[in-house]
Amino acid sequence: MSITYLEAIREAQAKALADDPRVFIYGQDVGTFGGAFKATKNLAKEFPGRVIDSPISEDAIVGMAIGAAIEGARPIVEMQFADFSTVGFNQIVNQAATLYYRTGVSCPIVVRLPSGGTAGSGPFHSQSMEAIYAHYPGLVVLTPATVEDAYSMLLEAIAIEDPVIFCEHKFLYYHLKAESLPAEAQPIGKARIARPGRDLTIVTYGAMVHESLAAAEEIAADGFEIEVVDLRSIKPLDTDTVLASVARTGRLLCVGEAWPWGGVCAEVIARVTAEGFGLLDAPPMRLNAKDTPVPYHPALWGTHRPTASAVAASARQLLEI
Amino acid sequence: MSEVVKSRPGAERDQGREIVKAYRTMLAARVLEEKLAALYRGGKIKGGVFLGRGQEALSVAVGQNLRPGDIFAPLIRDQAGRMAFGDTILDTLRTYLGSSLGSMRGRDGNIHRGRPREGYYAMISHLGAMIPVVTGGLLARRLQGQSGVVGATCIGDGGTSTGAFHEGLNAAAVEKLPLVVVVANNQYAYSTPNSRQFACADLLDKAIGYGVTGHKVDGTSLADCLRVIGVAITAARAGGGPQLIVGDLLRLVGHGEHDDASYVDPTLRRKPVGQDCIELAGAYIIQQGWASAEQLANWREELETEVDATAGRVMREPEPDPADEDWSALSTRELEDHFA
Ligand SMILES: Cc1ncc(C[n+]2csc(CCOP(=O)(O)OP(=O)(O)O)c2C)c(N)n1
Ligand SMILES: [Mg+2]
Repeated sequence: MSITYLEAIREAQAKALADDPRVFIYGQDVGTFGGAFKATKNLAKEFPGRVIDSPISEDAIVGMAIGAAIEGARPIVEMQFADFSTVGFNQIVNQAATLYYRTGVSCPIVVRLPSGGTAGSGPFHSQSMEAIYAHYPGLVVLTPATVEDAYSMLLEAIAIEDPVIFCEHKFLYYHLKAESLPAEAQPIGKARIARPGRDLTIVTYGAMVHESLAAAEEIAADGFEIEVVDLRSIKPLDTDTVLASVARTGRLLCVGEAWPWGGVCAEVIARVTAEGFGLLDAPPMRLNAKDTPVPYHPALWGTHRPTASAVAASARQLLEI
Repeated sequence: MSEVVKSRPGAERDQGREIVKAYRTMLAARVLEEKLAALYRGGKIKGGVFLGRGQEALSVAVGQNLRPGDIFAPLIRDQAGRMAFGDTILDTLRTYLGSSLGSMRGRDGNIHRGRPREGYYAMISHLGAMIPVVTGGLLARRLQGQSGVVGATCIGDGGTSTGAFHEGLNAAAVEKLPLVVVVANNQYAYSTPNSRQFACADLLDKAIGYGVTGHKVDGTSLADCLRVIGVAITAARAGGGPQLIVGDLLRLVGHGEHDDASYVDPTLRRKPVGQDCIELAGAYIIQQGWASAEQLANWREELETEVDATAGRVMREPEPDPADEDWSALSTRELEDHFA
């Protein structure tokens, strides 16, 4: 049996619905249709009344989830695309994120964001929004890069008492496969060494983990061993694992698909330079998307986002310093 | 309508001319969209293809009733309205096929195209978002002392549930701006039927809530669409404030070309709302004696030839070259931020 990243997300929701009567799913076309990407396929049939089609009203969708959470429910919200979560932004960052701090009442909602670029999707169906949500206190922001993490981290997200922004990557939906679902998993907040190495550390997350692994493989032919750290969760961010890796390699390259300004890469570099300056043998480097909207044409998109060859080029440059 | 026709000599001839003109634009949109679907199936188009089959009459009536100098922000299913407002087969194909010579230069694609300087606004995907933008465009025109300008925008039944729809229409009503919002009530928002989208008996009821004039139109009837939208646009132009038009029809394709629309209630297709507006308009034109069946067939054939030839030409045009891009999102170049 093999299971895709997308199926893992469906399976996690099925398990949560089965195990916990407080869980329900709300979003556009999530019911009988099974969602735009089929992440809720058959769930409406299996769990009658608990997988609910919403109007096209993201502000209301998130606001309702928050109200339901206050009353003891465990809502999972599906945004049709991460990009449309901007319409529910106010409820996420001002209501969900502040509730516990202001009132002492926690807000256990999960907002699923089908994130990131795929060829031909253009400026409004490609965005990576993790950094903007991570900026706000009161949110947990997850960026699973593997089938196993998509499953176990979503289950854990549903169990967490606080609002979780679950950035699932559309680029990984169909082609990323695993043999089976994990029985146990690393806890949220712990990064993972996706590939061990000793010459340079690449810190990354989401779809860029796979571009970085491909780059590491390419560079291995030159005799360099690249360590790839998959952050898994960008808030909280596992600074310890990152620092330990940089202590081994002395070189840090951060790779992110999102825009550079104030992003995850900027945050990682800030922490490593502040807390581990002495570990660095060369200035840290980052590779992000270009600072423009995500272009539609695949020829432009392929340059806009970091690819394995761009990651390899940056890594080679850093190895030469 | 027959009373109107009888009231003035020559009116019938004018109406015939209007309808035939609109029909030919609808046909162009239909033929072009059939080509886009074929190109999509052939893997020539990256990304999605979203068609307006079955919605051409309502859409064309918006574009054709506007004038140069007006503002038009079309949405997903407005190929016909776009063409009536001046968009071309060439630029449509260029945008879908990602030619660097297209108006969007490969930076954006498919339905997300426009030429704002010509009053032809380029939609973003976020539904409802264009309503306040057109409203603001009209506010500026008024501040600049222009009158007699109309701003029209289209939206689906689903899009009426957005906050932007509500806020935009309300703000336009408060300002009494000449905004015309055309709702293509095609019964579904992707898979979601109207019963899961709103609870009012008719979307037209919303007009009362916002304090704007409401108009109902049979979206399958070209003559009805041209007349009702004409009345609404005239009223807005004359200072009557925002107009909300609800056209009932059915989308005769999937949400996008990836979608088989299996969720659509099959009985709807057999109901009046499920009729094909182009077939109805063609039959009406023949019945009125404005053109013969052979002429209609010839027009289609001519359009097919033109569309095929244009597609062939566009496919030989250059793709955008990332090396030629300046990768800048600011018009003020000296304020561009730089990243190592
Ligand atoms: C704010 C926002 N949320 C979600 C979407 C995703 N989406 C694209 S089209 C669509 C359905 C639109 O339905 P409707 O407004 O009825 O237009 P139709 O497709 O029927 O023409 C949805 C949910 C979007 N574009 N914008
Ligand atoms: Mg609709």
